[in-house]
Amino acid sequence: MTPLTLVLRAGVRDLTRNRWLIAYGIGLAGIAELLFVFGGAGQQVVLSLLNATLLLVPLVALVFGTMHVYASREFIELLLTQPLPRVAVFSGLYLGLTLPLVAAFLLGVGVPLLLHGTASQAPLASLLALALSGAFLTAAFAALAMTIALGTDDHLKGMSVALGAWFLLTIGYDGGVLAIVSLFGDWPLERPLLALMLGNPVDLARVLVLTGLDSAALLGYTGALFRRLFDGALGPAIAIAGLACWTALPVFLARSRFLRRDF
Amino acid sequence: MITLEGVRKAYGARIVLDGVSLALEPGRISALVGPNGSGKTTLIKCVLGLARADAGRLLLDGRPADDAGQYRARIGYAPQAPHFPANLAVGEVFAMLRALRPGAEIDESLLEAFALRAEWETPVGTLSGGWRQKVSLAAAWLFRPNVYILDEPTAGLDPIAAGLLKHALRSARNEGRTVLITSHILSELEELADDVAFLTDGHLRFAGPVAALLAETGTRRLEPAIASLLRGLRVESGGRK
Repeated sequence: MTPLTLVLRAGVRDLTRNRWLIAYGIGLAGIAELLFVFGGAGQQVVLSLLNATLLLVPLVALVFGTMHVYASREFIELLLTQPLPRVAVFSGLYLGLTLPLVAAFLLGVGVPLLLHGTASQAPLASLLALALSGAFLTAAFAALAMTIALGTDDHLKGMSVALGAWFLLTIGYDGGVLAIVSLFGDWPLERPLLALMLGNPVDLARVLVLTGLDSAALLGYTGALFRRLFDGALGPAIAIAGLACWTALPVFLARSRFLRRDF
Repeated sequence: MITLEGVRKAYGARIVLDGVSLALEPGRISALVGPNGSGKTTLIKCVLGLARADAGRLLLDGRPADDAGQYRARIGYAPQAPHFPANLAVGEVFAMLRALRPGAEIDESLLEAFALRAEWETPVGTLSGGWRQKVSLAAAWLFRPNVYILDEPTAGLDPIAAGLLKHALRSARNEGRTVLITSHILSELEELADDVAFLTDGHLRFAGPVAALLAETGTRRLEPAIASLLRGLRVESGGRK
Protein backbone atom coordinates (compact mmCIF):
# COMPACT_ATOMS: atom_id res chain seq x y z
CA MET A 1 0.00 0.00 0.00
CA THR A 2 1.25 3.48 -0.83
CA PRO A 3 1.64 6.20 1.83
CA LEU A 4 -1.33 8.01 0.28
CA THR A 5 -3.65 5.01 0.67
CA LEU A 6 -2.42 4.38 4.22
CA VAL A 7 -3.14 7.97 5.28
CA LEU A 8 -6.45 7.82 3.41
CA ARG A 9 -7.40 4.57 5.10
CA ALA A 10 -6.63 5.99 8.54
CA GLY A 11 -8.77 9.05 7.76
CA VAL A 12 -11.67 6.96 6.48
CA ARG A 13 -11.51 4.64 9.50
CA ASP A 14 -11.47 7.59 11.85
CA LEU A 15 -14.28 9.57 10.25
CA THR A 16 -16.64 6.67 9.54
CA ARG A 17 -16.75 6.25 13.33
CA ASN A 18 -17.16 9.98 13.93
CA ARG A 19 -20.49 10.67 15.65
CA TRP A 20 -20.97 14.03 13.91
CA LEU A 21 -20.55 12.45 10.50
CA ILE A 22 -22.96 9.67 11.41
CA ALA A 23 -25.42 12.33 12.66
CA TYR A 24 -25.03 14.15 9.33
CA GLY A 25 -25.98 11.04 7.35
CA ILE A 26 -28.90 10.24 9.65
CA GLY A 27 -30.00 13.89 9.53
CA LEU A 28 -30.10 13.87 5.73
CA ALA A 29 -32.05 10.61 5.79
CA GLY A 30 -34.45 12.18 8.30
CA ILE A 31 -35.00 15.19 6.06
CA ALA A 32 -35.70 12.93 3.07
CA GLU A 33 -38.09 10.83 5.13
CA LEU A 34 -39.94 13.94 6.32
CA LEU A 35 -40.30 15.12 2.73
CA PHE A 36 -41.99 11.83 1.81
CA VAL A 37 -44.20 11.88 4.91
CA PHE A 38 -45.42 15.42 4.25
CA GLY A 39 -46.84 14.83 0.84
CA GLY A 40 -43.99 14.52 -1.54
CA ALA A 41 -43.22 11.99 -4.20
CA GLY A 42 -40.81 11.52 -7.06
CA GLN A 43 -39.77 14.76 -8.67
CA GLN A 44 -41.07 16.93 -5.81
CA VAL A 45 -38.87 15.14 -3.29
CA VAL A 46 -35.86 15.46 -5.57
CA LEU A 47 -36.47 19.20 -5.85
CA SER A 48 -36.86 19.61 -2.09
CA LEU A 49 -33.79 17.49 -1.47
CA LEU A 50 -31.90 19.63 -3.96
CA ASN A 51 -32.68 22.74 -1.92
CA ALA A 52 -31.58 21.00 1.28
CA THR A 53 -28.43 19.75 -0.47
CA LEU A 54 -27.51 23.20 -1.77
CA LEU A 55 -27.68 24.68 1.73
CA LEU A 56 -26.56 21.83 3.97
CA VAL A 57 -23.78 20.13 2.02
CA PRO A 58 -21.57 23.23 1.66
CA LEU A 59 -22.24 24.18 5.29
CA VAL A 60 -21.35 20.76 6.68
CA ALA A 61 -18.32 20.34 4.42
CA LEU A 62 -16.98 23.77 5.38
CA VAL A 63 -17.63 23.62 9.14
CA PHE A 64 -16.77 19.95 9.60
CA GLY A 65 -13.75 20.20 7.29
CA THR A 66 -12.33 23.26 9.03
CA MET A 67 -12.80 21.73 12.48
CA HIS A 68 -11.33 18.43 11.30
CA VAL A 69 -8.16 20.05 9.96
CA TYR A 70 -7.68 21.98 13.21
CA ALA A 71 -8.28 18.84 15.28
CA SER A 72 -5.84 16.88 13.10
CA ARG A 73 -3.00 19.36 13.46
CA GLU A 74 -0.82 17.17 15.69
CA PHE A 75 -1.59 14.08 13.61
CA ILE A 76 -0.54 15.98 10.49
CA GLU A 77 2.71 16.88 12.26
CA LEU A 78 3.24 13.25 13.19
CA LEU A 79 2.75 12.21 9.55
CA LEU A 80 5.09 14.92 8.34
CA THR A 81 7.83 13.69 10.64
CA GLN A 82 7.68 10.34 8.85
CA PRO A 83 9.78 9.88 5.71
CA LEU A 84 6.83 10.63 3.44
CA PRO A 85 6.40 13.15 0.64
CA ARG A 86 4.20 16.05 1.75
CA VAL A 87 2.04 15.69 -1.33
CA ALA A 88 1.12 12.10 -0.36
CA VAL A 89 0.19 13.25 3.15
CA PHE A 90 -1.97 16.05 1.73
CA SER A 91 -3.74 13.80 -0.77
CA GLY A 92 -4.40 11.16 1.89
CA LEU A 93 -5.76 13.75 4.32
CA TYR A 94 -7.97 15.41 1.69
CA LEU A 95 -9.44 12.18 0.40
CA GLY A 96 -9.73 10.84 3.96
CA LEU A 97 -11.92 13.85 4.76
CA THR A 98 -13.89 14.02 1.51
CA LEU A 99 -14.77 10.38 0.88
CA PRO A 100 -16.53 9.78 4.25
CA LEU A 101 -18.46 13.05 3.79
CA VAL A 102 -19.52 12.01 0.27
CA ALA A 103 -20.49 8.55 1.54
CA ALA A 104 -22.59 10.07 4.35
CA PHE A 105 -24.36 12.27 1.80
CA LEU A 106 -25.01 9.46 -0.68
CA LEU A 107 -26.28 7.09 2.01
CA GLY A 108 -28.32 9.76 3.78
CA VAL A 109 -30.07 10.90 0.63
CA GLY A 110 -29.93 7.68 -1.38
CA VAL A 111 -31.32 5.13 1.08
CA PRO A 112 -34.70 6.88 1.65
CA LEU A 113 -35.05 7.48 -2.09
CA LEU A 114 -34.44 3.81 -2.82
CA LEU A 115 -36.73 2.65 -0.01
CA HIS A 116 -39.57 4.80 -1.26
CA GLY A 117 -39.04 3.76 -4.84
CA THR A 118 -38.49 7.31 -6.05
CA ALA A 119 -36.06 5.99 -8.58
CA SER A 120 -39.01 4.73 -10.58
CA GLN A 121 -40.98 7.98 -10.32
CA ALA A 122 -38.31 10.61 -10.89
CA PRO A 123 -36.06 10.70 -13.94
CA LEU A 124 -32.96 8.62 -13.29
CA ALA A 125 -30.84 11.42 -14.76
CA SER A 126 -32.06 13.84 -12.09
CA LEU A 127 -31.21 11.36 -9.31
CA LEU A 128 -27.74 10.87 -10.74
CA ALA A 129 -27.39 14.64 -11.09
CA LEU A 130 -28.42 15.08 -7.45
CA ALA A 131 -25.84 12.50 -6.34
CA LEU A 132 -23.18 14.08 -8.53
CA SER A 133 -24.01 17.61 -7.34
CA GLY A 134 -23.77 16.57 -3.69
CA ALA A 135 -20.47 14.77 -4.30
CA PHE A 136 -18.93 17.70 -6.18
CA LEU A 137 -20.16 20.25 -3.64
CA THR A 138 -18.70 18.14 -0.82
CA ALA A 139 -15.37 17.79 -2.61
CA ALA A 140 -15.18 21.50 -3.46
CA PHE A 141 -16.19 22.80 -0.04
CA ALA A 142 -14.03 20.28 1.86
CA ALA A 143 -11.06 21.56 -0.15
CA LEU A 144 -12.12 25.13 0.58
CA ALA A 145 -12.27 24.22 4.29
CA MET A 146 -8.72 22.85 4.09
CA THR A 147 -7.55 26.01 2.32
CA ILE A 148 -9.08 28.15 5.06
CA ALA A 149 -7.81 26.05 7.98
CA LEU A 150 -4.30 25.84 6.51
CA GLY A 151 -4.32 29.62 6.01
CA THR A 152 -4.73 30.61 9.65
CA ASP A 153 -3.89 29.03 13.01
CA ASP A 154 -6.58 31.11 14.71
CA HIS A 155 -9.49 28.67 15.05
CA LEU A 156 -12.08 31.39 15.59
CA LYS A 157 -10.91 33.31 12.54
CA GLY A 158 -10.88 30.11 10.46
CA MET A 159 -14.43 29.21 11.45
CA SER A 160 -15.60 32.76 10.79
CA VAL A 161 -14.08 32.73 7.31
CA ALA A 162 -15.65 29.30 6.64
CA LEU A 163 -19.11 30.50 7.67
CA GLY A 164 -18.62 33.70 5.70
CA ALA A 165 -17.69 31.69 2.59
CA TRP A 166 -20.80 29.54 3.04
CA PHE A 167 -23.04 32.57 3.40
CA LEU A 168 -21.47 34.30 0.41
CA LEU A 169 -21.70 31.33 -1.96
CA THR A 170 -25.10 29.94 -0.95
CA ILE A 171 -27.10 33.08 -0.12
CA GLY A 172 -25.12 36.25 -0.76
CA TYR A 173 -24.17 35.36 -4.32
CA ASP A 174 -27.77 35.01 -5.50
CA GLY A 175 -28.63 38.26 -3.77
CA GLY A 176 -25.78 39.94 -5.61
CA VAL A 177 -26.94 38.55 -8.96
CA LEU A 178 -30.46 39.74 -8.25
CA ALA A 179 -29.16 43.20 -7.39
CA ILE A 180 -27.20 43.33 -10.66
CA VAL A 181 -30.31 42.32 -12.64
CA SER A 182 -32.37 45.02 -10.86
CA LEU A 183 -29.80 47.76 -11.29
CA PHE A 184 -28.73 47.02 -14.84
CA GLY A 185 -31.94 45.53 -16.24
CA ASP A 186 -31.74 47.68 -19.38
CA TRP A 187 -28.36 46.32 -20.36
CA PRO A 188 -27.69 43.07 -22.24
CA LEU A 189 -26.84 40.98 -19.21
CA GLU A 190 -27.27 37.46 -20.56
CA ARG A 191 -23.65 36.56 -21.04
CA PRO A 192 -22.24 38.33 -17.95
CA LEU A 193 -24.87 36.59 -15.83
CA LEU A 194 -24.01 33.26 -17.39
CA ALA A 195 -20.38 33.87 -16.49
CA LEU A 196 -21.47 34.76 -12.95
CA MET A 197 -23.37 31.50 -12.70
CA LEU A 198 -20.31 29.54 -13.76
CA GLY A 199 -18.46 31.35 -10.97
CA ASN A 200 -20.51 29.73 -8.23
CA PRO A 201 -20.50 25.97 -7.58
CA VAL A 202 -23.86 26.13 -5.79
CA ASP A 203 -25.55 27.63 -8.87
CA LEU A 204 -23.87 25.05 -11.10
CA ALA A 205 -25.11 22.22 -8.87
CA ARG A 206 -28.62 23.62 -8.98
CA VAL A 207 -28.61 23.88 -12.75
CA LEU A 208 -27.14 20.40 -13.13
CA VAL A 209 -30.08 18.85 -11.28
CA LEU A 210 -32.80 21.09 -12.68
CA THR A 211 -31.82 20.61 -16.32
CA GLY A 212 -32.78 16.96 -15.83
CA LEU A 213 -36.21 17.85 -14.47
CA ASP A 214 -39.28 19.33 -16.02
CA SER A 215 -39.26 22.42 -13.84
CA ALA A 216 -37.99 25.32 -15.88
CA ALA A 217 -39.69 27.77 -13.53
CA LEU A 218 -37.26 26.81 -10.77
CA LEU A 219 -34.21 27.36 -12.94
CA GLY A 220 -34.32 31.09 -12.39
CA TYR A 221 -33.09 33.70 -14.82
CA THR A 222 -29.58 32.40 -15.34
CA GLY A 223 -30.68 28.76 -15.24
CA ALA A 224 -33.26 29.30 -17.97
CA LEU A 225 -30.67 31.14 -20.00
CA PHE A 226 -28.23 28.31 -19.44
CA ARG A 227 -30.76 25.75 -20.68
CA ARG A 228 -31.55 27.88 -23.74
CA LEU A 229 -27.90 28.30 -24.72
CA PHE A 230 -26.72 24.79 -23.88
CA ASP A 231 -29.51 22.44 -24.78
CA GLY A 232 -29.34 18.64 -24.79
CA ALA A 233 -26.40 16.94 -23.17
CA LEU A 234 -24.19 20.02 -23.52
CA GLY A 235 -25.80 21.78 -20.53
CA PRO A 236 -25.13 19.05 -17.95
CA ALA A 237 -21.68 18.47 -19.46
CA ILE A 238 -20.78 22.14 -19.00
CA ALA A 239 -22.23 22.15 -15.47
CA ILE A 240 -20.20 19.05 -14.57
CA ALA A 241 -17.05 20.56 -16.09
CA GLY A 242 -17.70 23.74 -14.11
CA LEU A 243 -18.14 21.79 -10.89
CA ALA A 244 -14.96 19.82 -11.63
CA CYS A 245 -13.08 23.11 -12.05
CA TRP A 246 -14.64 24.38 -8.84
CA THR A 247 -13.35 21.27 -7.07
CA ALA A 248 -9.91 21.39 -8.66
CA LEU A 249 -9.30 25.05 -7.82
CA PRO A 250 -9.63 24.83 -4.00
CA VAL A 251 -7.83 21.48 -4.02
CA PHE A 252 -4.95 23.16 -5.82
CA LEU A 253 -4.99 26.08 -3.36
CA ALA A 254 -5.11 23.80 -0.32
CA ARG A 255 -2.32 21.65 -1.77
CA SER A 256 -0.13 24.69 -2.42
CA ARG A 257 -0.66 25.92 1.13
CA PHE A 258 0.03 22.49 2.58
CA LEU A 259 3.25 22.06 0.62
CA ARG A 260 4.53 25.55 1.46
CA ARG A 261 3.50 26.18 5.02
CA ASP A 262 5.32 25.63 8.29
CA PHE A 263 3.66 23.40 10.85
CA MET B 1 24.57 13.52 14.89
CA ILE B 2 22.65 16.72 14.20
CA THR B 3 24.47 19.83 13.06
CA LEU B 4 22.90 23.24 12.66
CA GLU B 5 24.94 25.93 10.93
CA GLY B 6 23.71 29.52 11.15
CA VAL B 7 20.05 28.55 11.13
CA ARG B 8 17.74 31.53 10.88
CA LYS B 9 13.98 31.49 11.00
CA ALA B 10 11.51 34.37 11.12
CA TYR B 11 7.73 34.44 11.20
CA GLY B 12 6.95 37.71 9.51
CA ALA B 13 8.97 40.43 11.21
CA ARG B 14 9.58 38.30 14.31
CA ILE B 15 12.95 36.56 14.24
CA VAL B 16 12.61 33.30 16.14
CA LEU B 17 16.02 31.77 15.43
CA ASP B 18 18.89 34.08 14.64
CA GLY B 19 21.92 32.30 13.25
CA VAL B 20 21.86 29.30 15.55
CA SER B 21 24.82 26.94 15.19
CA LEU B 22 24.79 23.80 17.26
CA ALA B 23 26.16 20.26 17.12
CA LEU B 24 24.33 17.43 18.90
CA GLU B 25 26.72 14.56 19.39
CA PRO B 26 25.85 10.87 19.18
CA GLY B 27 25.97 8.91 22.42
CA ARG B 28 24.94 11.98 24.40
CA ILE B 29 21.70 13.31 25.77
CA SER B 30 21.38 16.99 24.94
CA ALA B 31 18.91 19.23 26.73
CA LEU B 32 17.45 22.22 24.94
CA VAL B 33 16.37 24.80 27.49
CA GLY B 34 15.13 28.35 27.44
CA PRO B 35 12.19 30.46 28.52
CA ASN B 36 8.81 30.30 26.77
CA GLY B 37 9.05 31.74 23.28
CA SER B 38 12.82 31.36 23.13
CA GLY B 39 12.70 29.35 19.91
CA LYS B 40 13.05 25.77 21.25
CA THR B 41 10.03 24.36 19.45
CA THR B 42 10.90 26.20 16.23
CA LEU B 43 14.41 24.77 16.35
CA ILE B 44 12.98 21.26 16.77
CA LYS B 45 10.51 21.86 13.95
CA CYS B 46 13.32 23.00 11.66
CA VAL B 47 15.24 19.80 12.41
CA LEU B 48 12.14 17.74 11.68
CA GLY B 49 11.34 19.59 8.46
CA LEU B 50 8.00 20.80 9.84
CA ALA B 51 9.28 24.35 9.45
CA ARG B 52 11.77 25.48 6.84
CA ALA B 53 14.75 27.56 7.90
CA ASP B 54 15.13 30.86 6.04
CA ALA B 55 18.90 30.55 6.07
CA GLY B 56 21.62 28.23 7.31
CA ARG B 57 22.28 24.52 6.96
CA LEU B 58 21.01 21.49 8.77
CA LEU B 59 22.93 18.23 8.59
CA LEU B 60 21.98 14.83 9.89
CA ASP B 61 24.91 12.46 10.24
CA GLY B 62 26.84 14.78 7.92
CA ARG B 63 24.22 14.74 5.17
CA PRO B 64 22.01 17.74 4.42
CA ALA B 65 18.43 17.42 5.55
CA ASP B 66 16.42 18.06 2.41
CA ASP B 67 12.80 18.39 1.43
CA ALA B 68 12.56 14.81 0.13
CA GLY B 69 12.25 13.83 3.77
CA GLN B 70 14.02 10.48 3.66
CA TYR B 71 16.39 11.71 6.39
CA ARG B 72 13.40 11.69 8.74
CA ALA B 73 13.49 7.89 8.67
CA ARG B 74 16.40 8.23 11.11
CA ILE B 75 14.48 10.42 13.55
CA GLY B 76 12.01 9.42 16.25
CA TYR B 77 9.91 12.33 17.46
CA ALA B 78 7.49 12.75 20.33
CA PRO B 79 5.67 16.09 20.41
CA GLN B 80 4.71 18.07 23.49
CA ALA B 81 0.96 17.46 23.13
CA PRO B 82 0.38 14.32 21.08
CA HIS B 83 -2.97 13.79 19.38
CA PHE B 84 -3.99 10.98 17.07
CA PRO B 85 -7.24 10.46 15.13
CA ALA B 86 -9.68 10.11 18.02
CA ASN B 87 -11.60 7.12 16.65
CA LEU B 88 -8.60 4.97 15.75
CA ALA B 89 -7.69 2.25 18.21
CA VAL B 90 -4.16 2.23 19.64
CA GLY B 91 -3.38 -0.91 17.64
CA GLU B 92 -4.56 0.76 14.43
CA VAL B 93 -2.24 3.72 14.99
CA PHE B 94 0.76 1.40 15.35
CA ALA B 95 -0.35 -0.73 12.40
CA MET B 96 -0.55 2.38 10.23
CA LEU B 97 2.87 3.62 11.36
CA ARG B 98 4.44 0.23 10.68
CA ALA B 99 2.83 0.06 7.25
CA LEU B 100 4.22 3.50 6.42
CA ARG B 101 7.75 2.14 6.78
CA PRO B 102 7.71 -1.39 5.43
CA GLY B 103 10.88 -3.32 6.08
CA ALA B 104 12.08 -1.00 8.85
CA GLU B 105 13.69 -2.50 11.92
CA ILE B 106 11.11 -2.52 14.71
CA ASP B 107 11.76 -1.73 18.37
CA GLU B 108 8.78 -2.47 20.57
CA SER B 109 10.70 -2.18 23.83
CA LEU B 110 8.92 0.97 25.02
CA LEU B 111 5.57 -0.29 23.71
CA GLU B 112 6.01 -3.39 25.85
CA ALA B 113 7.41 -1.47 28.83
CA PHE B 114 4.36 0.80 28.87
CA ALA B 115 2.07 -2.25 28.49
CA LEU B 116 0.30 -0.58 25.59
CA ARG B 117 -1.10 -3.86 24.29
CA ALA B 118 -3.57 -3.75 27.17
CA GLU B 119 -5.08 -0.71 25.45
CA TRP B 120 -4.70 -2.09 21.92
CA GLU B 121 -8.42 -1.92 21.09
CA THR B 122 -9.06 1.37 22.91
CA PRO B 123 -9.87 4.41 20.74
CA VAL B 124 -7.09 6.95 21.18
CA GLY B 125 -9.64 9.72 21.79
CA THR B 126 -10.74 8.06 25.03
CA LEU B 127 -7.21 7.79 26.44
CA SER B 128 -5.95 10.16 29.14
CA GLY B 129 -3.15 12.60 28.35
CA GLY B 130 -0.62 10.32 30.05
CA TRP B 131 -1.61 7.31 27.95
CA ARG B 132 -1.52 9.37 24.77
CA GLN B 133 1.98 10.45 25.75
CA LYS B 134 2.93 6.77 26.15
CA VAL B 135 1.54 6.01 22.68
CA SER B 136 3.51 8.93 21.25
CA LEU B 137 6.78 7.90 22.94
CA ALA B 138 6.39 4.25 21.91
CA ALA B 139 5.78 5.45 18.34
CA ALA B 140 8.97 7.54 18.49
CA TRP B 141 10.87 4.41 19.57
CA LEU B 142 9.21 2.11 17.06
CA PHE B 143 11.73 2.29 14.22
CA ARG B 144 14.93 2.24 16.27
CA PRO B 145 16.00 5.69 15.04
CA ASN B 146 19.50 7.15 15.27
CA VAL B 147 18.12 10.38 16.65
CA TYR B 148 15.43 10.90 19.28
CA ILE B 149 13.79 14.30 19.56
CA LEU B 150 11.45 14.54 22.53
CA ASP B 151 9.52 17.69 23.43
CA GLU B 152 8.58 17.66 27.14
CA PRO B 153 8.58 13.84 27.13
CA THR B 154 7.61 13.28 30.76
CA ALA B 155 4.64 15.66 30.71
CA GLY B 156 1.62 13.73 31.97
CA LEU B 157 3.54 10.53 32.68
CA ASP B 158 3.16 8.79 36.01
CA PRO B 159 6.40 8.24 38.01
CA ILE B 160 6.69 4.59 36.90
CA ALA B 161 6.34 5.46 33.21
CA ALA B 162 8.73 8.41 33.63
CA GLY B 163 11.27 6.02 35.17
CA LEU B 164 10.86 3.59 32.27
CA LEU B 165 11.37 6.42 29.80
CA LYS B 166 14.53 7.59 31.55
CA HIS B 167 15.86 4.05 31.43
CA ALA B 168 15.09 3.87 27.70
CA LEU B 169 16.81 7.22 27.14
CA ARG B 170 19.96 6.05 28.91
CA SER B 171 19.93 2.84 26.86
CA ALA B 172 19.65 4.87 23.66
CA ARG B 173 22.59 7.00 24.75
CA ASN B 174 24.64 3.94 25.60
CA GLU B 175 23.91 2.53 22.13
CA GLY B 176 25.46 5.67 20.63
CA ARG B 177 22.25 7.39 19.54
CA THR B 178 21.67 11.13 19.58
CA VAL B 179 19.03 12.36 22.01
CA LEU B 180 17.60 15.86 22.18
CA ILE B 181 15.04 16.64 24.85
CA THR B 182 13.31 19.77 26.04
CA SER B 183 11.73 20.10 29.45
CA HIS B 184 10.78 22.80 31.89
CA ILE B 185 11.65 20.44 34.74
CA LEU B 186 15.32 21.27 35.08
CA SER B 187 15.93 18.72 37.83
CA GLU B 188 14.88 16.04 35.37
CA LEU B 189 17.28 17.34 32.72
CA GLU B 190 20.03 17.51 35.29
CA GLU B 191 19.46 13.84 35.98
CA LEU B 192 19.62 12.86 32.31
CA ALA B 193 21.50 15.38 30.23
CA ASP B 194 25.16 15.31 29.30
CA ASP B 195 25.02 18.54 27.31
CA VAL B 196 22.88 21.61 27.48
CA ALA B 197 21.95 24.21 24.89
CA PHE B 198 20.42 27.40 26.24
CA LEU B 199 18.35 29.51 23.91
CA THR B 200 16.77 32.92 24.48
CA ASP B 201 15.20 35.28 21.96
CA GLY B 202 16.36 33.06 19.12
CA HIS B 203 20.03 33.25 20.13
CA LEU B 204 22.05 30.36 21.43
CA ARG B 205 23.61 31.66 24.66
CA PHE B 206 25.38 28.52 25.77
CA ALA B 207 26.08 25.11 24.28
CA GLY B 208 28.28 22.52 25.93
CA PRO B 209 28.53 19.94 28.68
CA VAL B 210 26.39 20.47 31.77
CA ALA B 211 29.56 20.38 33.88
CA ALA B 212 31.02 23.28 31.88
CA LEU B 213 27.88 25.35 32.43
CA LEU B 214 27.98 24.68 36.17
CA ALA B 215 31.65 25.68 36.26
CA GLU B 216 31.05 28.81 34.23
CA THR B 217 28.23 29.99 36.47
CA GLY B 218 29.82 28.82 39.70
CA THR B 219 26.79 26.78 40.68
CA ARG B 220 26.22 23.12 41.48
CA ARG B 221 22.74 22.70 40.04
CA LEU B 222 21.27 23.30 36.61
CA GLU B 223 18.41 25.48 37.78
CA PRO B 224 20.54 28.19 39.42
CA ALA B 225 22.97 27.94 36.50
CA ILE B 226 20.22 28.75 34.00
CA ALA B 227 18.89 31.47 36.31
CA SER B 228 22.39 32.93 36.47
CA LEU B 229 22.60 33.00 32.66
CA LEU B 230 19.21 34.70 32.46
CA ARG B 231 20.21 37.29 35.08
CA GLY B 232 23.41 37.98 33.19
CA LEU B 233 21.45 38.59 30.02
CA ARG B 234 19.11 40.98 31.80
CA VAL B 235 22.08 42.93 33.20
CA GLU B 236 23.65 43.03 29.71
CA SER B 237 20.47 44.40 28.19
CA GLY B 238 20.06 46.94 31.00
CA GLY B 239 16.81 45.45 32.17
CA ARG B 240 15.24 45.68 28.72
CA LYS B 241 13.47 42.60 27.55
